Amino acid sequence: MIDSDGSGPAPARPDGIFRRGGSLVLRSFRDHPLPHILAIAGANVFAVAVVGTTIVLGRVTDELILPGLDGGGVDRGTALAGAAALAAVGVVRGASMMVRRFFNFVAVSRTQRTWRLAILDQYLDAPLSFHRSRPAGQLLAHADADVETAASMLMPLAYSMSVVALVVVSLVSLLVVHPLFAFVALILFPVLAVLNQRYTRSVEAPAARAQAAVGVVSGIAHESLDGVFVVKTLGREDDEVERLAEASDVLRVERIEIGRLRAVYLPFIYALPNLGILVVLLLGSWLVDQGSASVGDVVRSMALFNLLTVPMEILGYLFQEMPRSVVSMDRLDGILATDLEVRPSDPPSVPASVEVVFDDVSFSFDDRTPVLDHLSARIGAGESVALVGATGSGKSTLFDLLTGLMPVTGGHVTLGGVDLAELGADGVPDVVAPVFQETYLFADTVRSNLTLDREVSDEELARVLRLVAADEFVGALPHGLETVVGERGVTLSGGQRQRIALARALLRRPRVLLLDDATSAVDPVVEAEILDNLRSEGGRTLLVVAHRLATIRLADRVLFLEDGRIAADGSHDEMLAVPAYAALVRAYEGISR
Amino acid sequence: MSTHVPGEDTGASIEPIAGGDLVGPWEDHDVRTPDGDGGIEAAGSLEVLRRGLTASPELRSGLLLTASMALAVAAGKLLVPLTIQMVLDKGVLAGDVDIGIVMVLTGLAAGLVLVGILLERITYLRLTITAENVLYGLRVRTFAHLHRLSLAEHTASRKGVLTARVTSDIEALNKFAQWGAVAWIISAVQIVAVLVIMLVFSWQLALVMLMVHVPLLPVLRSVQRGQLRAYDRLRTRVSDMLGRVSESVLGMGVIRAYGQREVNRADLHEAVDQQYRQQLRAMRYFALVLPLTDVVGMAAIATVIASGVWWGGAWGVSAGELVAFIFLANLFVAPITQLGEVLDQTQTALAGWWKILDVLDTEPDVVEPEVGLDLPEGSLGVRAEALEFRYREGGLVLHGLDIDIPPGSSVAVVGETGSGKTTFVKLAARLADPTAGRMLIAGIDLRDVGADERRAAVRMVPQDGFLFDTTVGENIRFGRPGATPVDAVDAVAALGLDEWVASLPAGIDTPVGERGESLSVGERQLVALARAHLADPGLLILDEATSAVDPETEQALEQALARLSEGRTTISVAHRLSTAERADLVLVFDDGYVVERGRHADLATAGGVYSGLHESWLGSTRNR
Repeated sequence: MIDSDGSGPAPARPDGIFRRGGSLVLRSFRDHPLPHILAIAGANVFAVAVVGTTIVLGRVTDELILPGLDGGGVDRGTALAGAAALAAVGVVRGASMMVRRFFNFVAVSRTQRTWRLAILDQYLDAPLSFHRSRPAGQLLAHADADVETAASMLMPLAYSMSVVALVVVSLVSLLVVHPLFAFVALILFPVLAVLNQRYTRSVEAPAARAQAAVGVVSGIAHESLDGVFVVKTLGREDDEVERLAEASDVLRVERIEIGRLRAVYLPFIYALPNLGILVVLLLGSWLVDQGSASVGDVVRSMALFNLLTVPMEILGYLFQEMPRSVVSMDRLDGILATDLEVRPSDPPSVPASVEVVFDDVSFSFDDRTPVLDHLSARIGAGESVALVGATGSGKSTLFDLLTGLMPVTGGHVTLGGVDLAELGADGVPDVVAPVFQETYLFADTVRSNLTLDREVSDEELARVLRLVAADEFVGALPHGLETVVGERGVTLSGGQRQRIALARALLRRPRVLLLDDATSAVDPVVEAEILDNLRSEGGRTLLVVAHRLATIRLADRVLFLEDGRIAADGSHDEMLAVPAYAALVRAYEGISR
Repeated sequence: MSTHVPGEDTGASIEPIAGGDLVGPWEDHDVRTPDGDGGIEAAGSLEVLRRGLTASPELRSGLLLTASMALAVAAGKLLVPLTIQMVLDKGVLAGDVDIGIVMVLTGLAAGLVLVGILLERITYLRLTITAENVLYGLRVRTFAHLHRLSLAEHTASRKGVLTARVTSDIEALNKFAQWGAVAWIISAVQIVAVLVIMLVFSWQLALVMLMVHVPLLPVLRSVQRGQLRAYDRLRTRVSDMLGRVSESVLGMGVIRAYGQREVNRADLHEAVDQQYRQQLRAMRYFALVLPLTDVVGMAAIATVIASGVWWGGAWGVSAGELVAFIFLANLFVAPITQLGEVLDQTQTALAGWWKILDVLDTEPDVVEPEVGLDLPEGSLGVRAEALEFRYREGGLVLHGLDIDIPPGSSVAVVGETGSGKTTFVKLAARLADPTAGRMLIAGIDLRDVGADERRAAVRMVPQDGFLFDTTVGENIRFGRPGATPVDAVDAVAALGLDEWVASLPAGIDTPVGERGESLSVGERQLVALARAHLADPGLLILDEATSAVDPETEQALEQALARLSEGRTTISVAHRLSTAERADLVLVFDDGYVVERGRHADLATAGGVYSGLHESWLGSTRNR
């Protein structure tokens, strides 16, 4: 897929940019034809109305203003008719502009929505390895900035699509008046278009550099103020200020460069139509003298020159946005092209009490060194087993497989005789509930976090909360079970969060419960109480990864993992004879003291 | 001077700029940091300007010249309508066409247009350079000032707010400087200038023109208000959508393991739909503004022409003047719309500026002495005398503590979160000054000790082990000004950390990542210890990490700590039992008081606060 760390400038590859930009437009068009068509229709009516305005103004000059103020006067009816014609063409112009703006935006918004939903669906349907291999920030950026940017070239689309009509109608209108005027336009407007394009192109590089510099400056500010006390104790304040000053200076230089380019191009771009008007005025006066044009003709042509500046800019914007949009679209396509998770449609049912069997199971990320290496193990129904092993021995991966979050790359994992692969990601949650060390609570109420939108009776909730020794602190929360936790709510301590996560798992009445260091932040006294409760309740298969001796001791049996294999298997006391195991457990004991 | 403004001169629109407006809210997530200072509303814009001018000397240099040039540029916009009027009245309609006068007039105007280009170029460049210099100076000064403020200001809850002062607030000012400020100058001048010309041509027609536009103002204002409100709600929708997406991405493991995928999908689709619907609502206003002014502009032209033709003779209006009115009408309505559009931006920018100025006005409460005293060599004693501390908002954190720590001793400070133990050690490192009482190091008030001397002799190793985004070695070298790479290697060796460093991917040159996050918490502490070793402090203050550390790192930490504390006074905020067991003195903090003090063995059995703490520590190793 496309390298999508790119916050930097779009790579300048003009070849294919137009083709890819075109196909982006076509996609949006195919998905949402109606608003696009309405917007483009509005834009073209607007273009004709713009030229229409100038024609009316010309006639008003010849038939109203000149006779009225410089000739024999006009009757009231003519005056009113002229004013009415102007107002009418104004209304058409305003209405068509409104249609163009509104429906173009509808098209853009719908397109963004379509693409955003597609990306989010992909996130939901991709295998978990997709998520593990990409930073969350990057996934967020695709759904946010990339969708915005990909659609941004659609903003000037409708207007741009009317520029051709506008230019043609304008030239015809000028030709009708006098070929000389059309000639002035034919010289002026290409120059204007080229200048516009040059300007946008020249600003692109410093603008991208300035954008990058903003990121650097903000990064330094965040880092430095985050570590303000370290900076203080080290006496590095001046160095930090110096560091920020250097980065800010880069930003200042780039922004002044952008300002310089603006100062070079923009006054000229804005003055050109005025120069054109003066030329038309001069030529027009001469033509009026020759009798080959009326004053109204001159006024009409000048007004047209005045109105043609903006459409010339619009095309510039379209071409300016195109490379950025295309690059963002490529990133989105890269995401959309990734494989979906295989999800069996009709998972078989699993018996009430389940034996967990690992049969010659292997697992590796991207064909690298195997994390699990032909591992076989059997955990009886209702048995509680502790997994012990050094960091990287494969404990967490074993849990990921058992949870159906990752598929095995070799061998089979069966639950009560049913292969996990047949159960799939949708069937496994009915049987297995994992609790991880890093608990994840949703920014919602305690109740929703516990029930996950299932129907659970209050008695059952209370019972489970007691079981995990969470009844007291939940009761003490400002709104009890209805207290909102997370980012905008009450902050729970690590141990409290872990207990909520544990209760969440128990409420599902899992036949297999996996605890991956799930009580590490719970006070040891409370932890022992919880584990005692879990054991005495019984009726489920329990797998525990733990670093506390007390927790390990609770298990019926210990599986000792080394380099992705089961190195030893037995009760804790038996296992103490294994030197590697004994050393590891002694190290654990050191920590807990 | 011209600015990129929708509808300028023509009443037509440039959508990409509108697009920019829409993209805006997406970008400023951290602008919305909650901070309650609403002082600006009471003070008004002029007050902000006055304070701003005082704070930024760069702003004053050449301001007058630039401003008068900007005036000339704005007046230059009237050139074309004026020329049209004169050419028509004096050249074309004065009996026979006088092509000579026409040539002189258009030639003169063309010359003035060219002069205008030059003038505008210089003015724009001057404005940009001034603005960028001002913002550069303001950013650096504010940042430096933030670093001078103490613990009392840098509370965890204000961290984001303070950072926003030198990031998003300055950026808002920059955006404003790039076109909002210019728009104010140019538009205001343009409106006045156009009005004056119209009045000179015919006060009656000027009045007609104004009358048609008057109803537009309240309508425009209310539409723009509605637009602001709609965008405000849109911002909420967008951050809601992003919040849900981020929750979904971060919680993907739980969502799947608990079969919540479809529930989550419905949630996400709902959030995206809500954003879409609000986007359309906001768009209605947006689609309305320019067409509205365009229609009114045309209506004004129609009315002016009709009344000009009918009564013009009596009012003394010439044909050229009436034609010029057509062109003036556009120059009149565009700046009104434009001012409406920059109003919101102006408010944001001024509010940001005000907040920045507030930071600059905050007096640093830790002032270094003019002539600093030196501290003796070797380990240093610590004495707290009636030590009190309170944060800027809130009550006392420390209630008149008297503590005596003899040189060379090791002290464990224990207590619950919020008991004041961390504040106490921070005062010992002078991250803030006590609000009453004294903190004495080796008998000298810490406020009288020279800054460099203090930094070398008193070293704090903070809990989070914050590291700079560079290599391990560089981070260690920050420990002492002028330390060489060899010094860093020596420090590593002295603490017995060679093995750990060797295990890193690039040894001592391994980059630590942002804030040191490529390393584990324990490893970051190892680097911080080596860094402290380089400084060779007489007083070492350790804030132990609370989170779990893997066994290998734990062993390395214990060993490094033991070696580092040799021959120094150490104060540790203890989370480990072993630290408290080894200490010569345990200070038990509770609610801002030292409630128990003594040796571990005595306190553990005394049945007080410490005994309870000890119980829970022991819990994990009790026998079943």
